Amino acid sequence: MSNLEPPIEPVSDVLVSDEENSIELKEIAGLSQGQIVRKRFFRHKGALVAMFVLLFIVLLAFSSVGFKFGDWKTGGWWPYTWNIAVAIENAGRPTLSLFPFSIGNHPFGQDEVGRDIFAVVMRGTQQSLMIMVIVGLIATFIGTVVGAISGYYRGLTDSVLMRFTDIIITIPVIVIGAVLGRKFGIAGAPVLAVILGLVLWTGLARLVRGEFLSLREREFVDAARVAGARDRRIIFRHILPNAIGVIIVNSTLLMAAAILIETGLSFLGYGVQAPDTSLGKIISENQVAFSTRPWLFWWPGLFIIAIALCINFIGDGLRDAFDPRQRRMPTDRALAKAKRIGPAGGMPVAAVVASGDLDRATIEVSGRGAGLQGGEGARGYYAPAPTEEDRPAPKRDDS
Amino acid sequence: MATFVVRRLIASIFILLAATYLMYILTALSGDPLEDLRTSAAPNKAELIAARTRLLDLDVPPFLRYFLWLGDIIGVRGRGFFNLGVTVQNQPVNTLLGQAIGSTLQLVTIATIVAVILGIVVGITTALRQYSGYDYGVTFISFLFFSLPIFWVAVLLKQYVAIGFNDFLADPQISYAVIPIVAVISGLIWMSIIPRKGIQKLITFLVAAVATAGILFYMDLTDWFSVPHIGIVGIVITSIGIAFGVTVISTGLKRRRALYAALTVAGLGIALYFPFMYGFSYGLELWGLVLLAIAAVGVSFAIGWFWGGNDRLPVARTAAITGFLVAAVIALDRFMLVWPQYANSGRVKGRPIATIGSATPGLEGSIWVHGVDLFTHLLLPTLALILISFASYTRYSRASLLEVMNQDYIRTARAKGLTERTVVVRHAFRNALIPIATIVAFDIGGIIGGAVITERVFGWVGMGALFQNGLDHVDPNPVMAFFVVTGGLAIFFNLIADLVYAGLDPRIRVS
Repeated sequence: MSNLEPPIEPVSDVLVSDEENSIELKEIAGLSQGQIVRKRFFRHKGALVAMFVLLFIVLLAFSSVGFKFGDWKTGGWWPYTWNIAVAIENAGRPTLSLFPFSIGNHPFGQDEVGRDIFAVVMRGTQQSLMIMVIVGLIATFIGTVVGAISGYYRGLTDSVLMRFTDIIITIPVIVIGAVLGRKFGIAGAPVLAVILGLVLWTGLARLVRGEFLSLREREFVDAARVAGARDRRIIFRHILPNAIGVIIVNSTLLMAAAILIETGLSFLGYGVQAPDTSLGKIISENQVAFSTRPWLFWWPGLFIIAIALCINFIGDGLRDAFDPRQRRMPTDRALAKAKRIGPAGGMPVAAVVASGDLDRATIEVSGRGAGLQGGEGARGYYAPAPTEEDRPAPKRDDS
Repeated sequence: MATFVVRRLIASIFILLAATYLMYILTALSGDPLEDLRTSAAPNKAELIAARTRLLDLDVPPFLRYFLWLGDIIGVRGRGFFNLGVTVQNQPVNTLLGQAIGSTLQLVTIATIVAVILGIVVGITTALRQYSGYDYGVTFISFLFFSLPIFWVAVLLKQYVAIGFNDFLADPQISYAVIPIVAVISGLIWMSIIPRKGIQKLITFLVAAVATAGILFYMDLTDWFSVPHIGIVGIVITSIGIAFGVTVISTGLKRRRALYAALTVAGLGIALYFPFMYGFSYGLELWGLVLLAIAAVGVSFAIGWFWGGNDRLPVARTAAITGFLVAAVIALDRFMLVWPQYANSGRVKGRPIATIGSATPGLEGSIWVHGVDLFTHLLLPTLALILISFASYTRYSRASLLEVMNQDYIRTARAKGLTERTVVVRHAFRNALIPIATIVAFDIGGIIGGAVITERVFGWVGMGALFQNGLDHVDPNPVMAFFVVTGGLAIFFNLIADLVYAGLDPRIRVS
């Protein structure tokens, strides 16, 4: 682990990884952390496509049927609204057709009383997106603050906060969501979102705590402390930016989970209440009509999947972008090119060795963090050592 | 170690107490438990209200009523130990809870086992074929599954798997246009899983496609879907295949004794096929079946032990796994034997795949018939549960194996000249299982309470129904019964997960 370690003999696969290293190092030379993250994120094609699809869905949902925010209200370009029934055309069937392409009056069809399903689905999408954002903001805020404080101060503060987290985490999300949703769901989707946010922060708090426990032992924190920085400054200006990767990635995954939990609650009848609607509620209301009017069922489901899938892919892209140990597998052509140019064209060997050391140093620190946690013996209290390329997706709570 | 466990248990009890208190208050305050009586037009309204108030102690405010409830649990109120009270309808919650646990366990156990095994196998294979088409395909599919709302999947399964398949069974003819398409798809999948280059890749594709087409033709010609069977020929082929496959993974083919032991076990299975199928499997009870399964494993283990030579244990292990799998295939054929009788019985009326409920009412027959009945009822909910939990297990095991495969000791093992099988199975796979084992332990704690929506969609009366009925009537007792079991199990298995981790990974110390 020290710099005294002799450079590894360049045989076959080691040589390849040196070349991989040099490609990687050349790509990120002279870039700031933010630029590297951005660059890596845009390289993840799935995440990029997902981002544009999500943007399209957001624009479509909010511009088409308009929305109300307090007293401020805007109309949409779509001629029908989600709560007013019109005369049924074409027996309610969807008028959307691809060959030849035409949208028609009711592209997603109509329900049995004549509401335009496109408008209904757009309204449901708005609700789901809004819930997702509110849950994401609240849960991320609480989780980060609780995790940061207990990880930084340790001791009694840590014990109290983590036991509180344990209490909340013991109650299944769907259960506490149902109990609270039954009471407050009638107050509308934003209230439901706030409640879900107040429940869903626990996992993030544990992860952030783990990050803080290992980061607070690092030299730069000692340096800041010696320089006379106050706790607040160390927490927010020194440690938090280093933990931002974990936080962002897990908030995205949290938001995807929030969408599914909200639809699940609405399906059980504890979520968004009539007269308002949400994607889960549309499916719940229409599941018996599947054999006669399948379009009532297909479209809201497709939008739920599209949103959740986009968020998951964006989360995956962010995870790749933030993980310092993430290496892209170079294409055969890039490898061949690096080989042709030879070591002289690439980075000096010392730089390669140094970067290898850096990686190992990171592993060691998180390993030590895990060892410390082993003393307290609670799985999930520490962040698992970052894996080679991806942290696994979290367990779903909405089955 | 002991102090650690005791300390954790004490902390757990306090956490559970706090969580139940929170849950009790929230449930009790979530509505008005007398609402249906207040709005009713019954002439004796006042007495009904008074009766329910007396029954459920509604005159005590919730934050004190919790302690009455707690007193019943620990048995200080003289109404017995672990008394969970009564529901609004004056049914004892303990009885309801017992039935609910049984029903839910039946629903989730198989789904969890299959999802874990399938997830680990797929995750491991994708990690070994990292960045292949198969890897990308599985990654996309697991993201897709991870984004599916379960109730939406459930409705699709009911429509296309149950109703569609039942319609197909009415006239089971595979159309000749479908066979080549399925064959090509199967060929492509096998081609991407098995790593070959150039002409060998093409051969893999052709073999897989032709084999698939052949099987489909055979099924079509023999009317397989009406009279499903494996038959003695199928048993011989699969048994020998299992013997070779298990030996390859477990010890490697170079270990001749292991191969001979596995083949002996397969031969014994084949020899016992006819006596079992048409002889002593009739009139067998459930315990008999369990005993037979244990006997199969035990006898196989003994056979391996005698073949063993110097290092008996790996050989015996190989033989025991082979024995279990061969016995399972034969039992499967036995279940298939009663399929026509089941599907055409007066209760089922030719539409075997059920969309709702947990058993066909009034069905009579042997354990084989009831086994098939359970299978047809479990099929859809199990599929739905597997689909959504499959994703996280594949991602976990893929990430875990990739992490391990990049360790220095794997490079050392390769440098020593060990075979790839030894490196992957003995050095990498075992270590990759450590984090997965803790996750599985953790998930088992969550399964009993984890299927509220699935139960609702498929009409299973289990823990989810207990919870939901209680909540709908603002009745804390059943809700709390649900929560005591699920919360208690969650905390208990959390502790188990820690101990498993500490036991498997010597770098983690508990003190």
